[in-house]
Amino acid sequence: MRARIADLGGGVLDAMRAARELWLTYVSTIAGIVRYRRGGRRKGEVARQMYAIGNRSLVFIIVTLGFIGMVMTYEACLQLSRVTGDYSQIGSQFIRLIVSDFGPTLTGLMLATRVGAGIAAEIGSMKVTEQIDALRMSGVLPIDYLIVPRFLASLVMTLVLAVLGGTVMYLAGGLTAHYSFNVNTNIFFDFQFLRMRHVVLMIVKSLAYGAAIPIVAGFCGLRARGSSEGVGWATTAAVIGSSFAVIVLDFIISAAALFLTGGDL
Amino acid sequence: MFGDAIASIGASARWIAQEVGGILVLTGQVLRALVPPKLDTRELWKNLYKMGNKSVPIVVLTAFFAGGLMTLQTGPFVKKLGATSLAGWGAGYAVLREIGPILIALMFSGRVGANNTAELATMTVTEQLDGLRALAIDPVRFLIVPRVLAMMVMLVALTVIGDLVALLGAAIVGRYMLQIDWSTMYYSFADNLKPYDFLHGIYKSFAFGGAIAVASCYFGVTVRGGAVGVGRAVNASVVASAVSIMLLDFFITYLSA
Repeated sequence: MRARIADLGGGVLDAMRAARELWLTYVSTIAGIVRYRRGGRRKGEVARQMYAIGNRSLVFIIVTLGFIGMVMTYEACLQLSRVTGDYSQIGSQFIRLIVSDFGPTLTGLMLATRVGAGIAAEIGSMKVTEQIDALRMSGVLPIDYLIVPRFLASLVMTLVLAVLGGTVMYLAGGLTAHYSFNVNTNIFFDFQFLRMRHVVLMIVKSLAYGAAIPIVAGFCGLRARGSSEGVGWATTAAVIGSSFAVIVLDFIISAAALFLTGGDL
Repeated sequence: MFGDAIASIGASARWIAQEVGGILVLTGQVLRALVPPKLDTRELWKNLYKMGNKSVPIVVLTAFFAGGLMTLQTGPFVKKLGATSLAGWGAGYAVLREIGPILIALMFSGRVGANNTAELATMTVTEQLDGLRALAIDPVRFLIVPRVLAMMVMLVALTVIGDLVALLGAAIVGRYMLQIDWSTMYYSFADNLKPYDFLHGIYKSFAFGGAIAVASCYFGVTVRGGAVGVGRAVNASVVASAVSIMLLDFFITYLSA
């Protein structure tokens, strides 16, 4: 019994220590951006990271979001065909849902697996091969040098990829509705329910995910310990942590938006 | 310039073909090893516990938020139409057939699949697999088959738990954020959801479990080059799992309708 309580307490203490370190990583990243130091990071590093995070994820995002767009439209049409058979609102409601939720969130989840695992694997291997210590010894802050460029790149690229992923989802959905259920494309591609607040919500969500993924993943990478096993653990923790951060942020932002708009989202 | 682009497309197509081929060969070996079913039961129980029981907290949390989100998305629209009895239909249907199995499988691939790749990759780079072979123990039979079985069984079990938690999350969010009564929510679940909707999600999670298992084992045993290689293998494994989840989801939905 006592051992169990001690176990539980130990777990809580560990979690609190991790939360504090995560918060410190976040604060130092912001501080690294605000007090920009010359030579703090390599020249052109942000552009290189934008290529690694954005361009290299293009095919992945297009394939996954395209397929999920097809599935969602297919399921929705199937349900409607059993109840009313009226497909006139399906496209306009679908774009509202894509812009306000599915586009940014599914893109964020996909990026959490691909980009999060990539960042943690890279920084984790640097940590266990003592390259991070070498950076510190030469007077370079690892957070400024490694995490800040990834943070800035991911902030921009998550938004870009969310727009792209949402578009792919919508187009794939429209084609599915057209070929499987004979829904006229003019009726499907209809923006009557789309409001400015949905677009704002999309931007807020994309920025939040874009900020969370590199911070959580970089934090997990910097905590890697041991050798190859430690890198594996760090990568796993990064995938779980950043995916979970996306889901929780989505919930918080959606609920806040619901209260701010008075239930009329 | 143009030639380079074509060359890089060709190279990545070759890479994808090679990895898909390797995964299929491993699937064949696993099936072959199952034919006279000689299982290492101790290894199987260990994996069932490690992959299933230990993933319950993260699955429960994810499922709760996923269910709540579905109500948040469908709720305001349903309330505007005054048809709150349909709130459970929208949220429940999305959770049971799509969002529940997909999100739980993604979390499972992050926690269990990535962990499995990391473990097997570490064993491979420290030459423990060669050690097994030297003792005339087949690594596929001893290490991979129990993991594949454990992941398929446990993802199904976790999806069953997760679906229930997600429906509960949908009802709680509906009650406290959108003021939809418990009873309205209950009857809208009970009237509109068919047992088949639940089963549809279960078939899917069985397939997802197999795909995650084989992909994560494949990238684990084919790793090359120390700590950097292990990180790269885990990355490749989660990406392959995510793509195969989406592709399988599409084909299963399309074929079973």
